[in-house]
Amino acid sequence: MGLGLRWLNNLASSSTIDKLKLRKPTEKVVYHGSKNGFKAAAAAGRQFSAKSKQDKPARQPKADGAGKFDLTPNDEQEMLIEAFGDFAQSELLPIATKSSNDCVTPPEVLKASTELGVTMIGVPEELGGAVEQRSAVTSVLISEALAKGDLGMAVAVLAPAAVSTAIGLWGDADQQATYLPEFVGDDVPAAALAVMEPKPMFDPFNLQTTATKDADGGYTLNGVKSLVPRGAEAELFVIAAELDGAPRMFIVESKYEGISVTPEPAMGIRPAATATLSFEGTKLPKGALLGEAADYTEMIRLSRIAWGAVTAGCGRAVQDYLIPYVNERKAFGEPISYRQAVAFTISNVAIELEGIRLTTYRAAALADAGKDFSREAALVRQLTAKYGMQIGSDGVQMLGGHGYTQEYPVERWYRDLRAAGLMEGVLLV
Amino acid sequence: MAINLETPKKFKPLIGQAHMVAEELLRPNSRKYDNFDHEYPVELDMLRALIDGMEEGAGQGAGAAGVGQADTLKQDDTDDNKNGTNLSTMLSIIEMCWGDVGLLLTMPGQGLGNSAIAAVANEEQLKRFKGKWAAMAITEPEAGSDSAAIRTTAVKDGDNYILNGEKIYVTSGERADLVVVWANVDPSAGRAGIKSFVVERSNPNMKLDRLEEKLGIRASDTAAFILQDCVVHKDNLLGDPEVVTDKGFGGVMQTFDNTRPLVAAMALGVARAALDELRTLLEENGFEINYDKPAAYQPGAVAEFIELEADWEAAKLLTMEAAWMADNRKPNSVQASMAKAKAGRSGTDITLRAVKLAGSVGYSENSLLEKWSRDSKILDIFEGTQQIQLLIIARQLLGLSSSQLK
Repeated sequence: MGLGLRWLNNLASSSTIDKLKLRKPTEKVVYHGSKNGFKAAAAAGRQFSAKSKQDKPARQPKADGAGKFDLTPNDEQEMLIEAFGDFAQSELLPIATKSSNDCVTPPEVLKASTELGVTMIGVPEELGGAVEQRSAVTSVLISEALAKGDLGMAVAVLAPAAVSTAIGLWGDADQQATYLPEFVGDDVPAAALAVMEPKPMFDPFNLQTTATKDADGGYTLNGVKSLVPRGAEAELFVIAAELDGAPRMFIVESKYEGISVTPEPAMGIRPAATATLSFEGTKLPKGALLGEAADYTEMIRLSRIAWGAVTAGCGRAVQDYLIPYVNERKAFGEPISYRQAVAFTISNVAIELEGIRLTTYRAAALADAGKDFSREAALVRQLTAKYGMQIGSDGVQMLGGHGYTQEYPVERWYRDLRAAGLMEGVLLV
Repeated sequence: MAINLETPKKFKPLIGQAHMVAEELLRPNSRKYDNFDHEYPVELDMLRALIDGMEEGAGQGAGAAGVGQADTLKQDDTDDNKNGTNLSTMLSIIEMCWGDVGLLLTMPGQGLGNSAIAAVANEEQLKRFKGKWAAMAITEPEAGSDSAAIRTTAVKDGDNYILNGEKIYVTSGERADLVVVWANVDPSAGRAGIKSFVVERSNPNMKLDRLEEKLGIRASDTAAFILQDCVVHKDNLLGDPEVVTDKGFGGVMQTFDNTRPLVAAMALGVARAALDELRTLLEENGFEINYDKPAAYQPGAVAEFIELEADWEAAKLLTMEAAWMADNRKPNSVQASMAKAKAGRSGTDITLRAVKLAGSVGYSENSLLEKWSRDSKILDIFEGTQQIQLLIIARQLLGLSSSQLK
C-alpha cells in the first residue's frame, strides 16, 4: 500500500500524544444538548472550495497479492497497529466510562487521532493523503486496534475517515479537489457517513430519505437520518438517499439550509455523540451526487466489514479482561476458572471472536484485490450480529453482579456490541 | 506479501483434482457403501493408484499422510511465509469429504497412523513404513477422551516389547497394513510412560475382535483388537523410548496439533456438501439468496442458510489458520483445537438443519442429506470431542493445568 512520507512526517512532528499524557483533568466539554435534547442548527461549517483540481479523479490501484495464504500484517501495517493500539490503550480505555456517560469524545483525543493520520489512510497521495494504494485490510486493522480501547470513541474517531474514504473511492475530480484537502490538513472537519433511518427493521436498500432532481441540476433532500456520529459538530456528511428509485450517496455540507440536528444518545457507542439529522427541502448543489448506483452497494458492504473489525477489537477487550478476572475471582474456595461452565465460556468467546476476525480479514482482502466480496461481507455481518453480541453478553455474565455495575467495563462493552450487529453505514474500511 | 485468506494459487490444481475425484468416484458410491456395512469398497484400489500419482505429481498429500515434519513440498517460497503440506492436505480433504467422508477415511494409505508416523518417526522408520497404510489405535473400553488412562502395557523384553491390552474404535483397523498402538511402558510414571508402537496388522497376537456397526461413516471399518503377548521390535517404537516425566506424553499428543485441522477439514467437507445441496433445493424452489438484503427481509430459509454459511466460513478460516501455522512451525495447539471445535459443532449443526429445512426430501434415503447428517456426528467426537477441545483451549488461554481445570 505504501504509506507516504507525508504521513510519517505528520506523525513524527505530532506532540499531541505527549501532551495528552500530561493532560490535566479536562474541563468538561459536554457535547451541548446531549442531556436536555434541544434542537440545534447544524454546525456553521467551513467554506469547502476546490484546491489544485486534478484532471480526472484519483483512483487507487488494486492490491497485487502473491497468491499465498498469509495472516501476517506487513511492516507498515504492524506500525499502524502499534501506533493506534498504543493510542487506544493509553488514551481511550482509561476515559471510556466517563466519555460514555458524558456522550462525548474529548477534542484532544480527536485531534490526536487526526495527527495519527486516521483520515489520511483512505486518501490518495496525489491529493495529500497517506497512501499510494488504499487498503481495506489496513483500515480493518486500525479499526480493530482502536475499538479494543473503546468502541464508542473509535466510532467518533473513525467517522470523518469514512467520509474521506468514500470521497477518495467514489468522488469525481471536483469532489476530491474540494473536500479531500480538508481531511489531510491540521484542522480535519468532523464528518459523518449517514445511512440509518429511524425505522424498525431498517433496510439500507429501501430508503425513506429521498433526493429529487431540480431544474437547476441540483437536488432537494428530504428525510431523517438516525444515529449519526458527531452529528451536531459535523461540517460534512455523506447522506444515503433514494434518487429515482435507487439508493445513492450525496455529499451534504452542514451549512446548507433546512438541516436540523437533534441529539440521539443511545444504549451504547455514546462517545460518538450520535444525533438525528433531519432534512426538510434541503437544496443540494449540482455535483452533490457521489458515485454510481453500484458504489452505494459497495459502500454498504465495506461498512459491514468495518463493523466486523470494531467488533473484533471490542470482543478482544472482553476476552483479555475475562481471562485474568476468572482466574482471580474465587468461589467455593477456588478460582471460578476451574469450573468448566466458566472455562468453556472463555473457550467459546475465543473461538467465535477469532471467527469474526478472520472472516473480516478475508472480506477486506478480497475487496483490496478487486474481487467480489458480497458473500463475505454478508457472512461478516451475520457473525458480528450473532457472536459479537454473545461475547458482550458472556462478558457481563462471567462477572455476575459485578459485571452489571459501572465499576467494571463489561457492561459498557455489552451496550456497545449491540450496536455492531445493527448499524449500517457510519464506518468504512 | 499481504494479508490474504484465499486458497493459494499453487494448490489450485491439486484441489481441483481432489474435487474431481470426489465428484466422479466418491459421491457416486456414497449410498452403496452406506448400505453395506463392512464391505470393502473395491473402487478404492484404483483410487489409491490415482492418489499416489497425484501426490507424486504435486508433492503434496491429498490425505492425512501428507502432513508432518517431513515437509517434502517443493518450496517456491521467496519470503518467510510458507504454504505447505498441512494447508494443501487440509484443503484437499475438504474436497474429498465433499464427496464422501466414510470413503476418505478408508482410503488406502491415508490413515491417521500415517500422520503419527509422519510427525514423529525417525528417518529409518519413515523409509521402512513408506507406502504402508497405518491405522491409529488409542481408545480403550475404559479410556476414551482420557487417553492418558490407557491400560495397554508394553514390557521391554530384550530387543522387543510385549504388548497386552484391548483397543477399540480403530478406524481402518481391518484393512490397514500397520496399526499405531498406544501403550504404556511404565504405568508407574503415568502418562509420561505412554509410547506409540507400530504393529504389523499381520501380527498373530493382535487379534481382530469385532467390527462396529455405526450411525454413519459406514464405508469405513471400525475395528476392535485384543493384544495378547503381542511381540513388537523396539525399532517400531515411535519417538523417544526414554520415559521423560515432563514431555513424554506431550510428544505423542503433539501429533494432534497436525491432525485436528484435518478432522476439522473433514467436517467442513461434509458440511459444504450439505450447504451446496441445500442451496440447490432453495433455488429450485424459488428462493433467492441475496447477500445484501438484511436478514429481516429474507425468507426464513434463506436467512438460516446464510447463518449456516457464516458458521462454515468461520470454521474454514480457523482451520486454514491452524494448518498455516503448522506449515510455518508456529505453535498452533490453541488454533488446532479452535478449528476442530468450531468445525465439529458447525458440521453437525449445518447438516442437521439442512435435513430439517429439506423436510422429507432431506430425511429420506432418496437424497444424501440424511447420510451427511449421520456422518458428520463422528467428526465432533474422534480426534478429541468438542468438550475436550474446549478444555484444551481453556487450559491454554487461562494457563491452567489438567488438575486445576478438570
